[in-house]
Amino acid sequence: MRCIIHQNRMARVMWAVLIFFLFPGFIFSPAPVLSEEPAGRLDFLLPAPDNAVHRQYLGLSTDKPFSLGQIKAQVVIVEIFSMYCPVCQREAENINAVFRLIQSRPGLKDKVKLIGIGAGNSAYEVEFFREKYSIEFPLFSDTDFSIHKKIGEVRTPHFFCLSLDGNNGFSVFYSGTEAIETPEAFLQTLLKDSGIKTAP
Amino acid sequence: MKFVMMTLLGIALLGFGIAGPCFCESIAFGNKIFDQGTLKPVDSVLKIKTGDTAPDFALTSITGEEVRLSSYIGRKNVMLSFIPAAWTPVCSDQWPGYNIAEDIFRRYDTVLIGISTDPLPTLFAWTRDMGGLWFDVVSDFWPHGAVSETYGVLRSNGTAERAIVLIDKKGVIRFVHVGDINLRPDLGMLVREMEKLNP
Repeated sequence: MRCIIHQNRMARVMWAVLIFFLFPGFIFSPAPVLSEEPAGRLDFLLPAPDNAVHRQYLGLSTDKPFSLGQIKAQVVIVEIFSMYCPVCQREAENINAVFRLIQSRPGLKDKVKLIGIGAGNSAYEVEFFREKYSIEFPLFSDTDFSIHKKIGEVRTPHFFCLSLDGNNGFSVFYSGTEAIETPEAFLQTLLKDSGIKTAP
Repeated sequence: MKFVMMTLLGIALLGFGIAGPCFCESIAFGNKIFDQGTLKPVDSVLKIKTGDTAPDFALTSITGEEVRLSSYIGRKNVMLSFIPAAWTPVCSDQWPGYNIAEDIFRRYDTVLIGISTDPLPTLFAWTRDMGGLWFDVVSDFWPHGAVSETYGVLRSNGTAERAIVLIDKKGVIRFVHVGDINLRPDLGMLVREMEKLNP
């Protein structure tokens, strides 16, 4: 009898240890994990930008962490970049051009928003990249790769394009690792695939 | 039951132990990056410390010119960036960042020298895929790892640690960082240390 009790206790301890190591993310994850997301849905928490212009751009009325679903837009383009990525460096001017194209069109600038996530980049490194390339749209640091791991450890530069899915969230309609050949063509393709109607 | 549990536990521990290093691979290198998995964080014993005179060396750079540390005495601060190996994930995700920070190094009157125990042709091809670098990249291949060994950053497999050594204009070591080989040092840390030399 004592042997059976001992075995049960041992089994419970072993299961606890097993779960601890098999699912360390449950315990250690610094990732801003949201509730379980439907297929195709992409969401994670980001800190509200310190810059008031960027908060206004994203339509945030709070300085608390926000989820992608809170961004006021119909389409959100998320660039996964790194200041250590030679292609991201070369592409900085092109993604700036995409941003300027969006902002220059009254029928578009309130519907399409652009953000960047610096995979493995500290706040210092993201700020350095922003200043180096005069980037006007909001960039966020992912120092510990928590977002990068959550989205599948994509290579850089990688673009996720998201559209409103009717449930106060965004779903991915495009995901690709690539350099932007032509900003205008890149934007037009995304707009066409997004299905949103845009005034000229 | 006990056997099954122990087996599962073993698998779980193995999986935990071989989690990959932290890096984000650029498409700049195509499919040429060799992932070694997670390595022993540090595998050497430092032979230098802050306040020491930096051991002099003369190594050949990928341009074919000799780079002699003592030639900078009285003229420039020097930052040595030891990296383990070309064509590996974290290393390929380090120097390209320094490549866009030339103005910071200039601001602090500091030259950057990249050092690896890889042979020159390998370093030449690898840095070409980065688009070229503004700073000197030198090979510590032969006598193999001699400079790395003098500084105490040569690992048991013949590669160097991921280490930063900052030397002032008098040739004195002012900062040493031998980090986890699986992680890239933060650029912010390097800048803060250079700032200290130029208050």
